[in-house]
Amino acid sequence: MISLIRLAFLVLALTASMAGQAVIETYEFSSTALERRYHQLSTELRCPKCQNQNIADSNAPIAQDLRKLLFQLLESGATNDEILSHMVSRYGEFVRYRPRLTGATSLLWIAPVLLLLGAVTIVYISLRRRKGAAPETVELSAQEQKTLKDMLEKVERDR
Amino acid sequence: MGPRVKLFVPLIIFAVMALFLFRGLALDPRAMPSALIDHALPDFTLASLGQEQELSRQDVVGEVALFNVWATWCMSCRVEHPYLIKLAGDGVPIYGVNYKDEDGAALDWLATLGNPYRASIVDNEGTLGLDMGVYGAPETYLVDAQGIIRFRHVGVVDERVWNSTLEPLYIELGGKASTR
Repeated sequence: MISLIRLAFLVLALTASMAGQAVIETYEFSSTALERRYHQLSTELRCPKCQNQNIADSNAPIAQDLRKLLFQLLESGATNDEILSHMVSRYGEFVRYRPRLTGATSLLWIAPVLLLLGAVTIVYISLRRRKGAAPETVELSAQEQKTLKDMLEKVERDR
Repeated sequence: MGPRVKLFVPLIIFAVMALFLFRGLALDPRAMPSALIDHALPDFTLASLGQEQELSRQDVVGEVALFNVWATWCMSCRVEHPYLIKLAGDGVPIYGVNYKDEDGAALDWLATLGNPYRASIVDNEGTLGLDMGVYGAPETYLVDAQGIIRFRHVGVVDERVWNSTLEPLYIELGGKASTR
């Protein structure tokens, strides 16, 4: 029985790995540097069809075509900038997960800094306010000390 | 900020978010403007489906025309096909871009369903498609007489799409036939 379960797991693991391989075709790169750039760029380019995936993750036909194009451009000696503008001229700024810094995208780029500054300011102000609002130690006058002592003694006696 | 005003902060945040989210409901996230609007139709030299000679850009440019990206594997293409035949019958020039398809299947399709195209450019590898920024089928491009892409419609072209978006542009660009 146990060996049967083991066999089932083995078959499952094998078919799963085969399915994994079927998704991504392999390219023979002339150098490992090109291969590294391929992996970097293919995770940075967005699939136009399946919009929340990059072209490395997607198996849509258009993603396959874009990977092939990326491979061809890399092998032809194009720089990263050339490749990206090649893609952008066809599919728009949309295909870049890391958009260029332009007027329209500047808000995207500076928003994290602005949010961080805002958060720091809020924390700073509220910390200062809390410090200011903290009760100061008040000395009791002699009269008050005496009243307090009397009250405590009264409580003790009544118990 | 007084404590009274502070009480309303969550409500204000909610209202602003609700406004944006409500606006988002009406937006189509897949509606992307083509990067090629107001750019020239890319150069190509490809086979013409079912014909001996090759087609290149100058063969298909010269009057306002539709370029319809289609394939036999594309179900929506079958849906829009009868309407394309009607448009072609009304005199609208339509060129096909047979996108990542097999010639045999494509010829069968045209033989059984009718052929609305002046010619179909055979784009087996999808290279012209890549240059045009095609990401699926069907897509329909409106190209003016100078060969400049003026509009792209993603999805099925039917009477509603034609009447509301494509035909007004087509006439504005000087397209010959009116279908009304």
